[in-house]
Amino acid sequence: MLPHQDEKEPTSYRGSCGSCPVTVRKMPYLGSEDVVKELKKALCNPHIQADRLRYRNVIQRVIRYMTQGLDMSGVFMEMVKASATVDIVQKKLVYLYMCTYAPLKPDLALLAINTLCKDCSDPNPMVRGLALRSMCSLRMPGVQEYIQQPILNGLRDKASYVRRVAVLGCAKMHNLHGDSEVDGALVNELYSLLRDQDPIVVVNCLRSLEEILKLEGGVVINKPIAHHLLNRMSKLDQWGQAEVLNFLLRYQPRSEEELFDILNLLDSFLKSSSPGVVMGATKLFLILAKKFPHVQTDVLVRVKGPLLAACSSESRELCFVALCHVRQILHSLPGHFSSHYKKFFCSYSEPHYIKLQKVEVLCELVNDENVQQVLEELRGYCTDVSADFAQAAIFAIGGIARTYTDQCVQILTELLGLRQEHITTVVVQTFRDLVWLCPQCTEAVCQALPGCEENIQDSEGKQALIWLLGVHGERIPNAPYVLEDFVENVKSETFPAVKMELLTALLRLFLSRPAECQDMLGRLLYYCIEEEKDMAVRDRGLFYYRLLLVGIDEVKRILCSPKSDPTLGLLEDPAERPVNSWASDFNTLVPVYGKAHWATISKCQGAERCGPELPKTSSFAASGPLIPEDNKEREQELPDSGALMLVPNRQLTADYFEKTWLSLKVAHQQVLPWRGEFHPDTLQMALQVVNIQTIAMSRAGTRPWKAYLSAQDDTGCLFLTELLLEPENSEMQISVKQNEARTETLNSFISVLETVIGTIEEIKS
Amino acid sequence: MISQFFILSSKGDPLIYKDFRGDSGGRDVAELFYRKLTGLPGDESPVVMHHDGRHFIHIRHSSLYLVVTTSENVSPFSLLELLSRLATLLGDYCGSLGEGTISRNVALVYELLDEVLDYGYVQTTSTEMLRNFIQTEAVVSKPFSLFDLSSVGLFGAETQQSKVAPSSAASRPVLSSRSDQSQKNEVFLDVVERLSVLIASNGSLLKVDVQGEIRLKSFLPSGSEMRIGLTEEFCVGKSELRGYGPGIRVDEVSFHSSVNLDEFESHRILRLQPPQGELTVMRYQLSDDLPSPLPFRLFPSVQWDRGSGRLQVYLKLRCDLPSKREIPGERVSSARQACPKKAPSPAPSLSKLQPVSGAEQPRAEGRAGGGSPSLGPASGARRLSTLGPFPDGRPRAPRTSQPWALHLGPSSGSGPGQSLL
Repeated sequence: MLPHQDEKEPTSYRGSCGSCPVTVRKMPYLGSEDVVKELKKALCNPHIQADRLRYRNVIQRVIRYMTQGLDMSGVFMEMVKASATVDIVQKKLVYLYMCTYAPLKPDLALLAINTLCKDCSDPNPMVRGLALRSMCSLRMPGVQEYIQQPILNGLRDKASYVRRVAVLGCAKMHNLHGDSEVDGALVNELYSLLRDQDPIVVVNCLRSLEEILKLEGGVVINKPIAHHLLNRMSKLDQWGQAEVLNFLLRYQPRSEEELFDILNLLDSFLKSSSPGVVMGATKLFLILAKKFPHVQTDVLVRVKGPLLAACSSESRELCFVALCHVRQILHSLPGHFSSHYKKFFCSYSEPHYIKLQKVEVLCELVNDENVQQVLEELRGYCTDVSADFAQAAIFAIGGIARTYTDQCVQILTELLGLRQEHITTVVVQTFRDLVWLCPQCTEAVCQALPGCEENIQDSEGKQALIWLLGVHGERIPNAPYVLEDFVENVKSETFPAVKMELLTALLRLFLSRPAECQDMLGRLLYYCIEEEKDMAVRDRGLFYYRLLLVGIDEVKRILCSPKSDPTLGLLEDPAERPVNSWASDFNTLVPVYGKAHWATISKCQGAERCGPELPKTSSFAASGPLIPEDNKEREQELPDSGALMLVPNRQLTADYFEKTWLSLKVAHQQVLPWRGEFHPDTLQMALQVVNIQTIAMSRAGTRPWKAYLSAQDDTGCLFLTELLLEPENSEMQISVKQNEARTETLNSFISVLETVIGTIEEIKS
Repeated sequence: MISQFFILSSKGDPLIYKDFRGDSGGRDVAELFYRKLTGLPGDESPVVMHHDGRHFIHIRHSSLYLVVTTSENVSPFSLLELLSRLATLLGDYCGSLGEGTISRNVALVYELLDEVLDYGYVQTTSTEMLRNFIQTEAVVSKPFSLFDLSSVGLFGAETQQSKVAPSSAASRPVLSSRSDQSQKNEVFLDVVERLSVLIASNGSLLKVDVQGEIRLKSFLPSGSEMRIGLTEEFCVGKSELRGYGPGIRVDEVSFHSSVNLDEFESHRILRLQPPQGELTVMRYQLSDDLPSPLPFRLFPSVQWDRGSGRLQVYLKLRCDLPSKREIPGERVSSARQACPKKAPSPAPSLSKLQPVSGAEQPRAEGRAGGGSPSLGPASGARRLSTLGPFPDGRPRAPRTSQPWALHLGPSSGSGPGQSLL
């Protein structure tokens, strides 16, 4: 991809992106000042200014350099002058320039406001719209006061083009303000504009309201609005439809009747030719019908066609996204795409990531009818020129082998006959996992193993082979001789993990075939103890040596563990997940990234969001202190919130706590709502911050979950608390005991506790 | 909600860059994207990438990267659709989409983007609405091409090609009607079929998959109605039967939302009022049993010279298309493995063939009276034969007892044996 990357200069940061950007950019980059000077001269030249085309061309050059990443802010003054023109193309170019550099030159940009304001009352709606849009996009401090009036005028403009711009302008203005103050009159105006004639104005209103009311949970979709939107749906274009479908997700129909009316209205969008609309409608169906599994299944059957079409679409990107969603559906309905298995056969020219997805899909949709054909196809992939793809295919066969063991083991055995290194090693690893999960195939695997040691070079493969020889060595006639080869060459072995595996395997084999193994076991132990430099291997050797000294019966008792565990398979592939568990992720980026990857992404995003932003919010005291760094701030705020001062670090012993707990009566009992997962560590940390100590708590996941907390205020009053989370009723039960009966402090203590738990609940959801 | 949009050339140079919301990291983003893309491990998908709270979603179109960034968990389907719509739009307005046309028409592209997206929200993508707002005219360059010369007959004689429009006729901007010159009312109708075929060594078809679409590029004034008649024997689904012959059958068909299907059931007529620019009128799919033979035949022959360890693969491809039709984008990628049927070896004896046959030229000109997704063209003569010597010379020696268990693994994906045309 980067043929000349080594040519890049080490000092040049820009060069790290590849050779060509360097060569293209370097010339103008070094001479960028000259370029600016030259352009400046040209822009000031009255002859050029008089010639419309030449003037426009110079401006185009400025834009081009701007795109290439040169700093063109030097000609800002000249560009402002160029904005006063009747040539609308030139105007657009200049406004584009200004929007880019206004944050850098706010004082100069103010000079342009005059022209923009004048344009906002131009008789031509296109000019009005353009000026308003540009003015709202200036993104510099202090511009709000100038744009407020034009926006308000724009909202009542008779041209829909200007109204569209003005509606989005409201969101821009709100975000420029920075503070979270919401202009109630403006919001009302926007809500009333939802009834506008122009469909794009309607959709823009939704978007704008969503941004303005972000902190309050976004735009409210009540019954009249929802029904209004549903009725306007057919007037919208595909983008509007997709967006409105997304907004409708938050509407909850009051009755079953209304629900099915809505579903009937939406039916036609499942047949739309735009995949975005189809998927949006599908998601809405899945969410609305969450209590009607048969409706959900029905919808998923109907979306099959569009999804399959997308899977074989010409656009690889669309194909990939569709495949990810197919996998998501297969998790809940394993047989869903089984009759279309041929659609998921890879074709030669597809990129790697699509092939891998397809193999995964094939693996999941296999059933009694298509297993023969799918395996036949997968077998073809195993010899693919790309080693990675071949290995993925072999692992896939291994996955299918858990259900269709005999056929798969036969195919895998045949693959060993090819004597290809990268194939053999993966096949042996697959065998190892398979024998553990499906003990019935042990015989076949043991027959296939002899001979493949010649074709294994990598650590993983060697480990798998040695493990198999050790555990099932009594069924493989030449097992001791293969291991002997490994023992002979142990000095040149580079992977410590292989040596560890060899030690264990040889000792196991020694137990079943002592005569053949005794000698080499001695040699291996001697080598590991006397000559080996890797500490772990050495220790393992010493450990086995001492174990052998104890006596052979003891060794047998310790080493001869079960050789297979079919129940592990259940752990590895979780049972079918209900549709509702992923319905809210459908048609988002979650299935595309994969659930696990998404979790890490949203985690680091969440950390960013909580980190810098929380202290800024004004509602901090209400939302409850959580972040340890904000200790000081909290201590200032807590007294006014309830005149309660909890003393830090007053740690009680568990014994004392128990004694006190038993001697006191419950002063207060309360239940708080609690849903979903639970992370005791987070809770403990949060409580720590407000100086509530955790005395004891159950481990995460245990049901019922319990925790005991203690706290003491500055007057010496003790609060002892029990938190109880019952598995079935989704509530947290709180019981508080107090050693001095003072209701005032008790109430403030409880409110502190409540906010902490409430905050955690919020963060979690 | 889109934060930024940019177009990168295949080498990573930014051609177009627009920041809609100013909420995220400046213009280094384009570089960051390219670096991430090129540094991605092979098994990860580049379609959606994440960096520092920002998602990159891109499509590759005619060797350009069209990328959007967003910080929200958006619908990937809609975004990809938008990107491909943008690609079509840019193609419509600039004549064709490519590095050259984009950099020549920077002003036009920015103007388009400005109207299509505001604050990262889609406003409209319809050519009709947009043409009212777009003022810049496209700069079209006409490079000299030998291909054009072929349409000039010797001594003024009429050639086959001179009867039809040159192949570049369709790649002109929709807006050029404003200028004086080509005020032609033209319609171009393409039937594009993609065939994925798997053929066994004995010539029988193992798997056939046809994806077809009827693409329309219209330069007619908007509002003019058009009727496209398909052959009356066109059947949809496995059970339907029309006409007397075997008919032309497809498994599934879907139409653009602007197509009026009133007369489709009775007379197989599609009525539509096409907007200017390109439009996919109909998509169809067909798999497994084809109603007509393939438009080509393949004769493989494999010879392994044991002495020199060389393997020679001859793939003779006979095209049954009439000679006056051209297949511009034909590409044959082939040769997976070859080995005898009964050997306990990797694959059954097959070679994989995926010609990507492109548009059927000549394109219909004027009001299209009838076109049909022709699956079985008449016979013609075109023969390609090729010799594919395998790059690493010697197949890795098989040790099985069968003399013929070959498993070829040309280590690089693009040996000379793999692209024939």
